[in-house]
Amino acid sequence: MTEHTITLEGVSTALGGVDVLEDVSLSVERGEFLGLVGPNGAGKTTLLRTINGVLDPDAGTVRLVSDPIEGLSAREVSRRVATVPQDTSVAFEFSVEDVVRMGRTPYRSRIDVVADDADRDAIERALDRTEMLDLRDRSIAAVSGGERQRAFVARALAQDTPALVLDEPTASLDINHQVQVLELVADLVDEGKTAIAAIHDLDLAARYCDRLALLSDGRLQAVGTPETVLTDDHLQPAFGTRTAVTPDAVTGAPNVTAIADPTRDRDAHVHVLGTGATAARAITKLWQAGFDVTAGPLPAGDAALSVARELDVEAIESPPLAGPEEAMLREASEQCRRARATVLADPVIGSDGHVLDLAEASERPLLVETRPFDERNRAGEQARERYRELESRATAASIHGLAPAIVESTVPETVPADD
Amino acid sequence: MRFGTRLLSWTVGLVVALFAVVVVSAAIGPVSLDVVAVAKATLNAVGIPAGLAVGIEEGGLAGITIPTPTVDVSYAYPFAFEVPGTAETIVRQVRLPRIALGAVVGFALASAGAVMQGFFRNPMADPSIIGVSSGAALGAVATIAFPVAIPLGLQTAAFVGALVAAFAVYAIATENGRTPVATLLLAGVAVQTFLGAVISYTLLQAGESLDRAVFWLMGHLNNSTWAEVEVTLPLAVLTFGGLLAYARDLNVLMLGEEDARTVGIAVERTKRILLALSSIVTAAAVAVAGVIGFVGLIVPHVMRLLVGPDHRILLPTSALAGATFLVATDTLARSGPSELPVGIVTAALGAPFFLYLLTRREVHEL
Repeated sequence: MTEHTITLEGVSTALGGVDVLEDVSLSVERGEFLGLVGPNGAGKTTLLRTINGVLDPDAGTVRLVSDPIEGLSAREVSRRVATVPQDTSVAFEFSVEDVVRMGRTPYRSRIDVVADDADRDAIERALDRTEMLDLRDRSIAAVSGGERQRAFVARALAQDTPALVLDEPTASLDINHQVQVLELVADLVDEGKTAIAAIHDLDLAARYCDRLALLSDGRLQAVGTPETVLTDDHLQPAFGTRTAVTPDAVTGAPNVTAIADPTRDRDAHVHVLGTGATAARAITKLWQAGFDVTAGPLPAGDAALSVARELDVEAIESPPLAGPEEAMLREASEQCRRARATVLADPVIGSDGHVLDLAEASERPLLVETRPFDERNRAGEQARERYRELESRATAASIHGLAPAIVESTVPETVPADD
Repeated sequence: MRFGTRLLSWTVGLVVALFAVVVVSAAIGPVSLDVVAVAKATLNAVGIPAGLAVGIEEGGLAGITIPTPTVDVSYAYPFAFEVPGTAETIVRQVRLPRIALGAVVGFALASAGAVMQGFFRNPMADPSIIGVSSGAALGAVATIAFPVAIPLGLQTAAFVGALVAAFAVYAIATENGRTPVATLLLAGVAVQTFLGAVISYTLLQAGESLDRAVFWLMGHLNNSTWAEVEVTLPLAVLTFGGLLAYARDLNVLMLGEEDARTVGIAVERTKRILLALSSIVTAAAVAVAGVIGFVGLIVPHVMRLLVGPDHRILLPTSALAGATFLVATDTLARSGPSELPVGIVTAALGAPFFLYLLTRREVHEL
């Protein structure tokens, strides 16, 4: 019987009311490198977060070796799974060795001040294995992106776990470092580690992974060898675009080329104004309908901002208390001007009335209201006047009727023929 | 240099600096004393707890008799130098209690500040950020203004107020067992603002005791007693030990909570413990000395420039530097033509120095 290091059984989870993972079952065998592929917002990162214990799924079980993860403490989980994070940019002056040493946290008691021999050995081996020995005293903020990524792989090695979780380990690297990092992971897997990695680049995933799992809309669409997963039948519905799969001339691994789909206007740009749950739902609907969505300004911590981040929707983030800065408003105003349509989702009129200013920059405003205006007005009677003007100019729409309303409102008006 | 050597040399250096500042401070005053005699008298005052006696005392509160446990600590004094009697009395009975309390308060505020800045990953965080100081201030001001209504000692009221405020902020910011740091920060700001309003109103009602209340708010160390030192010093040392045990966790938390979780930190529990310990140590300091600003903010920043971000060394050095800084500023505060509350001096010296660091781009982030 094959030994499974990581097993997911019927895992489902929702974030901010949007289903991100639906009934995902997947297992990763010992000594296997599994690549998680799929479009932006498919739920790849969320899936990895259920495996390293950061997120508790709403339903289903995650097992590490044979133990259900919910019965394990943070420390026990971190002795089984080490994570290489997606964003390794750090703005403080820890040395590379300090960062690698943090990988020993699960093995050290709170009281001992000095590392013991096992810790020192593990750190040395990890630095050596990732070729970071020469850079050990350099500040983590001062090394290159590829070196920083290797430092975090070294930290994961120092953690001495059977399994590695890597979230887009190559996302911010140039091609030469991408290959270096993936070679390293593939070698570690050959030496007995089990790895699961979200990889954006299908060609690289095909080249280095033993098996691929294709995720789209939170569902697992296909699992198997790169050749069986990377087929037109699987990729076209998942990515919503036509693809051509050919064997790579150098490596022989499948090579995927996306072909623009002429039947769907994916370039239609829609900007979303407004905050909270309604904006979050508007963003999701528009994104699902295939629009090129932008949003903001959204204050840090807002539900709509989390959804935008989850879906890789470009959003202007404003500081939580202060309200948007001048530059953010300029950017948002530019988005509203350029967008084919601007959706105002339950807009709250703050005291500075910037939402109204932005709405005026848009040629085609659409208004989605689920709460009365009085609840959303914080700018007094003067704003009521301006809001009425906006109402008369805007197309009213419901969340569900949003996509058709945009298509209708943007059909070029028929110009009356000259008599 | 190896970590152990660095930690040791910084610690020894700062302990020497602290002792030097203490001796100089004890020599300054209306009666000028010989520095050598002062140093000897200071060493004579160093007491090491040698024995504990626990008893029960019948205490009365609002007419009800409550048995309260009492703890009697006996001290052993390792040094016994020959010092002239007057010098010994002035140093030991008049000047040292105040200096020792200043050192304890500085120690407490700076260590809590270092923890809060790391915890919040925010350079403007200081020990009072989750409402501790405002809560203490309300407790103290209310006791001064309405002594009859609140039958607690001033310090007890301030201490309780501080912990109630901190716990309220924590409870408001916690949902489903999670306490997001950003929410905690905002809840802290809101509660501080609200308490500020209540304090202002209380001051309006304070009548004749207004002077005392305002003076308390400014942060001061006069009329310090050995009794205050005996309560705050063990509390500060114990909580500091607790915080130090979490120094490595704090380092890992600087990489982000999600990342900390993946290397085995039980993030929410760690946050609760860090918040509780730093609130207690800050509450104790504020309860005896009022709201002394800037020590908890600038001292950790300066130490971070000198020793780096590793909390295993940042925490002890900040604590010792905080003690040294507050003793030095309090000496300035009491040696001018008229005595100033030390809070004025720390802010007046600390803020420009902080701005200098800021414009030199030495301090821009953690």
